[in-house]
Amino acid sequence: MSPRGDILLKGGRLLCPATGLDQTGDLLISRGRIAALGGKLAAEGALAIPCAGLTVAPGLIDLHVHLREPGHEYKETIVSGTAAAAAGGFTAVCSMPNTKPVNDCRAVTEMILERAAKEGSARVYPVGAITPGLLGQGLTEMAELAEAGCVAVTDDGRPVADARLLRRAMEYATGFGLPVICHSEEGSLSAGGVMHEGPTATRLGLAGIPAEAEVIAIERDLALAGLTGARVHIAHVSCAGSVRAIARAKQAGLRVSAETAPHYLTLCDQDVGEYDTHCKMNPPLRSAADREAVRRALAEGVLDAVATDHAPHSVLEKELEFDQAAFGVVGLETALGVMLELVAEGVLTLPQVVQLLSAAPAALLGLPGGRLAKGGPADVTVIATDSPWVVEPGKFRSLSANTPFAGRSLPGRAAVTICGGRITHRLDQEGS
Amino acid sequence: MSLARRHLLGLEGVSAQEITTILDTAESLKEISARPIKKVPTLRGKTVVHFFYEASTRTRTSFELAAKRLSADTVSLSASTSSLTKGETLIDTAKNLQAMSPDLIVMRHSMSGAPHLLARHIPCSIINAGDGTHEHPTQGLLDLLTIRQVKGRLDGLKVSIIGDISHSRVARSGIIGLNTMGSAVTVYGPNTLLPPQVQSLGVSVAGSMDEAIAEADVVMMLRVQKERLSDVLFPSLREYAQRFGLGMRHLAQAKPDVVVMHPGPINRGVEISPQVADGPWSVILDQVANGVAVRMALLYLLIGQEAA
Repeated sequence: MSPRGDILLKGGRLLCPATGLDQTGDLLISRGRIAALGGKLAAEGALAIPCAGLTVAPGLIDLHVHLREPGHEYKETIVSGTAAAAAGGFTAVCSMPNTKPVNDCRAVTEMILERAAKEGSARVYPVGAITPGLLGQGLTEMAELAEAGCVAVTDDGRPVADARLLRRAMEYATGFGLPVICHSEEGSLSAGGVMHEGPTATRLGLAGIPAEAEVIAIERDLALAGLTGARVHIAHVSCAGSVRAIARAKQAGLRVSAETAPHYLTLCDQDVGEYDTHCKMNPPLRSAADREAVRRALAEGVLDAVATDHAPHSVLEKELEFDQAAFGVVGLETALGVMLELVAEGVLTLPQVVQLLSAAPAALLGLPGGRLAKGGPADVTVIATDSPWVVEPGKFRSLSANTPFAGRSLPGRAAVTICGGRITHRLDQEGS
Repeated sequence: MSLARRHLLGLEGVSAQEITTILDTAESLKEISARPIKKVPTLRGKTVVHFFYEASTRTRTSFELAAKRLSADTVSLSASTSSLTKGETLIDTAKNLQAMSPDLIVMRHSMSGAPHLLARHIPCSIINAGDGTHEHPTQGLLDLLTIRQVKGRLDGLKVSIIGDISHSRVARSGIIGLNTMGSAVTVYGPNTLLPPQVQSLGVSVAGSMDEAIAEADVVMMLRVQKERLSDVLFPSLREYAQRFGLGMRHLAQAKPDVVVMHPGPINRGVEISPQVADGPWSVILDQVANGVAVRMALLYLLIGQEAA
């Protein structure tokens, strides 16, 4: 990592969906901010990075990351998780509260922010819990969480089962400007399931999780969004029924948004193959038809953003019987490459991908960044769109290697990541 | 005769030719169990580990007899005696076993895919003796052998499997094996005990007990597990027996040469009436005898070749 000297990105394709900018030119970073962009720039003493043939985009922002610290530091730490983020082109991540202790109070939020500021390679925006300890009872002190730096609240992974309590949470959070992120899952229907309910689960003799377990919960959560007027964001949408529900809610004018993850766009239940625990996550990989529906929803704007749901687990949780293995996959270091695959396939355009990974997440949670603007924070990702590579989990900066994409050839990746004017990743200097 | 595979993890992917080889070998080995001295030296010096994570009486006994009749050395591990209860992972336990150089591990486990996990981590041969609700390939093979003995063929037969298809590894292996050999399989049971999209397994679904029985050459009844009651998968054993149990009145409408099978242990009076279980249609005890022969055949074909 370099000190915060001036940096001149020369001759790249400046691509900023938020401002409509899409032209070849230079971008100058000085004192942690974007000092100038467009045309030919000169800067005495600046570190010049040639970017011809590369795309200079706003720093990528991941709405949904499990950094595991405090409590599960053998899976990931704030240092390793943000390093993985930087390697994947992300300059900011939202960290989920299911740590140990749970991020349900000011002390935990401050600890995360302090460590991220001191040792992190990306900005960290903590997301606080809805209920203390994620136990589904009572409300956290959300005003204080917001004051301490939480940007939203969620009981991700342990969805609030009690509709009355979730209603209260939405009403209360709205008073402090906090969006509510819903991991929507009807637990009584999904209980015991380990993969998507369908022919593959039937073939493998594994208990299924029907797509309806997600759809029913999303319908409830959207109805409560309507009732309360809260800003509700639906996490990791995986199936066609959910997409239809969200489209209806948006047509009805609700303040709702939704994300999906790269694996739901590119894999399906058949990829579980012969009990591959690296294809076990929650929600599970759905049918090929669901995958098509999610792709279409993303292209059409029904889904607003792509987030990784980066969920590191060690071999202790993954090299087990499928029933016993933990849910979750890492995603920070493969997300951009996988999204570029969709560009290559013609599913999305490059500006759409940049939008979904930067401007959209920033707008959804009101985060800084997500745009290339003079005077704005110098969070910039230089993307090599045409630089094929093979995913080797052993080379991840993440402490965990539980990826379903191992061995997959991806069309491109982040060449340079700059966060607040500091180079946090530079592909051509890796290993040096 | 030989098999070009190291493991038998399931009948999925096993060709008709391989199945025929196994059944033919089993036929030729059956005679050993009828001798006064029921032992041949074929597997002398080979070590077979019976690794049973889940309680089993008949399958384990059958495997042990099979190994002993071929003169293999056998060791038995069960969940209560193994380090599983001491918190060791499956892979660690398996690697420890592997370090003792067994030639073959016979594995029973309560979770689907456990033998596949084992096969990815250790080099010795593995026979799946039943994994969760996935497959029970040796049961499938002994059922095929039994049907072939009685009917003289497998191709073109109609086989109905009745009961808890959802949780039955016997049903899955049976369906796969029968389909491979050219039989047509129909299933029937309460809808709550049919797996989602069951047709994807290559079966048709009967609408009633009468429909399931009418055309069948073979009726295979499955054990109903009483713990499914607590999951509210059906309301009572009484109604189950009435609607999904096989009784004399069904056989009255069946083909005259219909054959009744059951993988055991049977719940008399629940899925099968005592008269049916003990009647001339029943080949339940032939299934048990064939179990030993099929397992001998597999041991021979998987690890007995170079010793011969």
